[in-house]
Amino acid sequence: MSDTLTAPLPGHKMPHEDYLNATYGIRSWLLTTDHKRIALLYLGSVTFFFFIGGLFATMIRIHLLTPSGALVTPETYNKLFTMHGVAMVFFFLIPSIPAVLGNFLIPLMIGAKDLAFPKINLLSWYIYVVGGCFVLYSFGTGGLDTGWTFYTPLSSVYSNSAVTPAVIGIFINGFSSILTGLNFIVTIHTMRAPGMTWFRLPLFVWAHYATSLVMVLGTPVIAITLLLAGLERMFHLGFFNPALGGDPILFQHLFWFYSHPAVYIMILPAMGVISEIIPTFARKPIFGYSFIAGSSIAIAVIGFLVWAHHMFVTGESTYAALTFSLLSYLVAIPSAVKVFNWTSTLYKGSISWDTPMLYAFGFIGLFLIGGLTGLFLACLGLDIHIHDTYFVVAHFHYIMVGGAVMGYVGGIHFWWPKITGRLYPEALSRAAAVTLFVGFNLTFFPQFILGYLGMPRRYHTYPPEFQVLNVLSTAGASILALGYLLPMLYLTWSMRYGKVAGQNPWPATGLEWKTDSPPPTENFHVTPEVTWEAYDFQNRPDLGLLAGASPLAPAHGDD
Amino acid sequence: MQSQLPLYPEQASNFAPQVDALMIFITAICLFFAAAITAAIVIFFFKFHRKQPDAVGIAIHGDSRLEAAWMIIPLILAMAMFGWGAVVYVDYRHAPQDTLDVYVIGKQWMWKAQQPNGMREINELHVPVGRNIRLILASEDVIHDFFVPAFRVKMDVVPGHYNTMWFRPTKPGRYHFFCSQYCGTNHALMGGWVTVMEPSDYAAWLSGASGGSVNPVVAGEKLFADKACATCHVGDGTGRAPSLNGVFGAKVLLADGSTVVADEAYIRESILQPNAKIVAGYQPLMPTFQGQLTEEQILALIAYIKSLQSLPVPAKGAGIASTTGKK
Amino acid sequence: MHRTGELYGHFETLEQQKESAALGMWIFLVTEVLFFGGLFLTYTINRHAFSTAFGIGSNTLDITLGAGNTVVLIMSSLTMAMAVWSAQVGKKRLVSIFLIATLALGTVFLGVKAVEYKQKFDHHLVPGRSFDMKYHPAHPMPGDDLKELALEKEEVDKAFAQDPDINAHGQLYFSLYFGMTGLHALHMIIGAGLLLWLIKGSFAGRFTPQYNTPVEIVGLYWHFVDIVWIFLFPLLYLIDRHR
Repeated sequence: MSDTLTAPLPGHKMPHEDYLNATYGIRSWLLTTDHKRIALLYLGSVTFFFFIGGLFATMIRIHLLTPSGALVTPETYNKLFTMHGVAMVFFFLIPSIPAVLGNFLIPLMIGAKDLAFPKINLLSWYIYVVGGCFVLYSFGTGGLDTGWTFYTPLSSVYSNSAVTPAVIGIFINGFSSILTGLNFIVTIHTMRAPGMTWFRLPLFVWAHYATSLVMVLGTPVIAITLLLAGLERMFHLGFFNPALGGDPILFQHLFWFYSHPAVYIMILPAMGVISEIIPTFARKPIFGYSFIAGSSIAIAVIGFLVWAHHMFVTGESTYAALTFSLLSYLVAIPSAVKVFNWTSTLYKGSISWDTPMLYAFGFIGLFLIGGLTGLFLACLGLDIHIHDTYFVVAHFHYIMVGGAVMGYVGGIHFWWPKITGRLYPEALSRAAAVTLFVGFNLTFFPQFILGYLGMPRRYHTYPPEFQVLNVLSTAGASILALGYLLPMLYLTWSMRYGKVAGQNPWPATGLEWKTDSPPPTENFHVTPEVTWEAYDFQNRPDLGLLAGASPLAPAHGDD
Repeated sequence: MQSQLPLYPEQASNFAPQVDALMIFITAICLFFAAAITAAIVIFFFKFHRKQPDAVGIAIHGDSRLEAAWMIIPLILAMAMFGWGAVVYVDYRHAPQDTLDVYVIGKQWMWKAQQPNGMREINELHVPVGRNIRLILASEDVIHDFFVPAFRVKMDVVPGHYNTMWFRPTKPGRYHFFCSQYCGTNHALMGGWVTVMEPSDYAAWLSGASGGSVNPVVAGEKLFADKACATCHVGDGTGRAPSLNGVFGAKVLLADGSTVVADEAYIRESILQPNAKIVAGYQPLMPTFQGQLTEEQILALIAYIKSLQSLPVPAKGAGIASTTGKK
Repeated sequence: MHRTGELYGHFETLEQQKESAALGMWIFLVTEVLFFGGLFLTYTINRHAFSTAFGIGSNTLDITLGAGNTVVLIMSSLTMAMAVWSAQVGKKRLVSIFLIATLALGTVFLGVKAVEYKQKFDHHLVPGRSFDMKYHPAHPMPGDDLKELALEKEEVDKAFAQDPDINAHGQLYFSLYFGMTGLHALHMIIGAGLLLWLIKGSFAGRFTPQYNTPVEIVGLYWHFVDIVWIFLFPLLYLIDRHR
């Protein structure tokens, strides 16, 4: 086997001073403006919410082992799936890659010392924490049972759960998103190092630029929507309550105007991670760079035009339904372009089977299924049947867990040496990646069938004929849980006992790999000057590879 | 009939085979692409596995023709999926004329159905096989959804709106229906059974078990008198308000020159917000009945007004747009 | 900190720093457009659905005060622009003067708004338990024009006949009125705070032709808040106006 890390790395030592040991004490962390430390603050908090959401998911799957519901009361079950959704969507999935990996890497990737607004970056984290506290308060004082979608008038009039603090918490958290997106956009525009032109940028940066556009334009709308719903609940107003002249469908339009683009906030960064991993572990440039960059922007733009595909059976006009279905098919094309380009990149590569690459493959496989099943849902005639069934649940979990979370975990593994200066145990990490993949499929594939058979979502009890598939799903969930626990254990272990990584263990071509692992606080001792294209393994003697050693002449297709 | 591990529900309506065919079409396309990509990845995974620890890959930056191909071909396939789905959906959203109308009311956490002859059911729906059935759906509280997997149909039930859905049962039997829009604590318990019967059995069932059901047309007629509607809405067109003979389903000419079809939603709005649409040639005199009628009473009035369809339309005082009178 | 406009540690050049600040503020203002946009959309949809109630609500607003406030705010944008110009040409005293003028005009605006809000409170037009559109016509206050009030009473009575839910729909109008103008006022208060900070800096002579970024970006913010009002005023006060 000739993988990257089998040969012991010759005597790497940890750098003398890096961002982790530059200053000590809790104040130096809580008042830091170093984007790398802020990224780790986020890492801690999003992991915390991942645990909370994961705990609720575990309870849900155990409860659904039997048709009559084994574990909890109906009220509690309804709170479990709601709180699972709120914790995962708003406090884990949306921040995860941008706030952890994006914060850490974007300045490094473009050759800057920090983001454009470091203090606002820290403020973003504190806003996240405050929003999280409101939501935890809601969870702790009666919970939330409206569904993460807060449809009215159930949420604004009929629910007896702690809706108001939750809505306030999500409202506040929205500003964290907005400020992060703002920071990224300005940074990418104004702080690129000399020679780092737009088309030399890593695709991870392009992905985050597109994501930031969505964050900045979409999040204010959910903010005002939840504010109005909260005010309606508190003061008995009638925006969305038909008994007072309001319209529940208006709420749905306003809600989905953000919440659909929000799913692109969750997946675009993960796609950016994959676009970094594949060239690195195939040791060749990405196939179709400008198409991948352009498709990120296309997804961000078209993504704003499809929201009412969540409302095909609300009685919306047939013309509206036709329009939104058509546009939903259009938004699938740029995603398909990415998958084709990633696959083509593997052709005639020098492919290693390192853990990040395994996560990338897992991502492609699962995103493929998730994305393709979106085509079923966009189909008007089919959606009448599968809307609001487990088919939808399976579809979005394939994308958000199979896609976004795998991208996140894969990215954490890929950049772990840069963030911590350490390597993790490779055999164990590969086993965990495979476990995750198998467990995931076993958990969620049966749910497609359940959905087509007619099992609606958000059900605490179900007809007995659906039990076999539910049991399969729960069995898979236990394997999936193992796949998540393992990395948490060995990654933590590696921070102290892992092999020292050195500056560029893979090696990879990005600018972030041309500085120490972990980097110094100011990122680069000397501001870099970029004279090479992205993912150029041929003209980088500093990587220590046999560039041009293959007997086949390099083929340059048109770009 | 069903295998041990079924992949799809029974097909019991006119839509079921259409939806299943659509599903198979899309599955086939997706399976093809999924298999192709997976095969490519697996093959490349093994074929291009790194041979030497410091080898690099061959730099291939891109190919515009390939990019065009894999944008255009998926686009064509996507349009095919869209088009076929759209055809089924448009059919679903436009009920045929000759439907058997059943009123369905959803409330936390039960369903009430009322047959045209007044027969009421709770969490049950009896329909004859082979007839076009139209459900008029109303909610008394939050949003619900009426979903029959075996028919492949569902529609949201939204408070403040009427929604309609239609289907034609093709096989006698009993089929589950579910609420499929989360509506609170007992959302999962808010279901029941659709019983599809031979027409003769259905007729027998209708006239059987009385259970205190009142023909909604009769109830509506009584309300029409009790609430003094007849004072203004005189049948021969001489009252202060338009005659309601023949109005249901016809085009009504409004004061601002526009026309509107007098369907259930229009009748309901006219009762609750009478000045929203004034009929041409009439004054805005009608008081509102908001808060004075339950949803069921409104439905009864609508049933009664529907029953006036076949009565002669007066030459003057009808408000119907077409000069020929009837629709 | 950066009292003399020195380079922040993470920027390479002053030019980069200035460019970043301006771009940052523009993007922030775009998010504000989307934020207010949701409210404007809700207002537009509800106005279309309940034009009677909204028409009456609109006519209870004092057009003189509203128009006056509009003029005040536009003038404050002028003084703000003058403050930016003064900084750019190095007239340090003028910077302070114009900033103070802007703050003063902004305060006048907020004061007038407070008067309007009090009026609504007195007329029982604040959404809540005591909301009643019939209250004011039935209970004249000192200083009311009785003829106007009689006209209003007639209108309200007619509207009640047409739309018995007038109080519910009227509450929608006033919720949106207080929500939109309240959100706007909140932005003005924040703007006032920023102006105070700028005034303090201008007394210390911080703003020079080489370094006046804070004035420029607060100026952008202030102009935006002005523009929001220019949309609010016609939408809330002027459409369907006949008294």
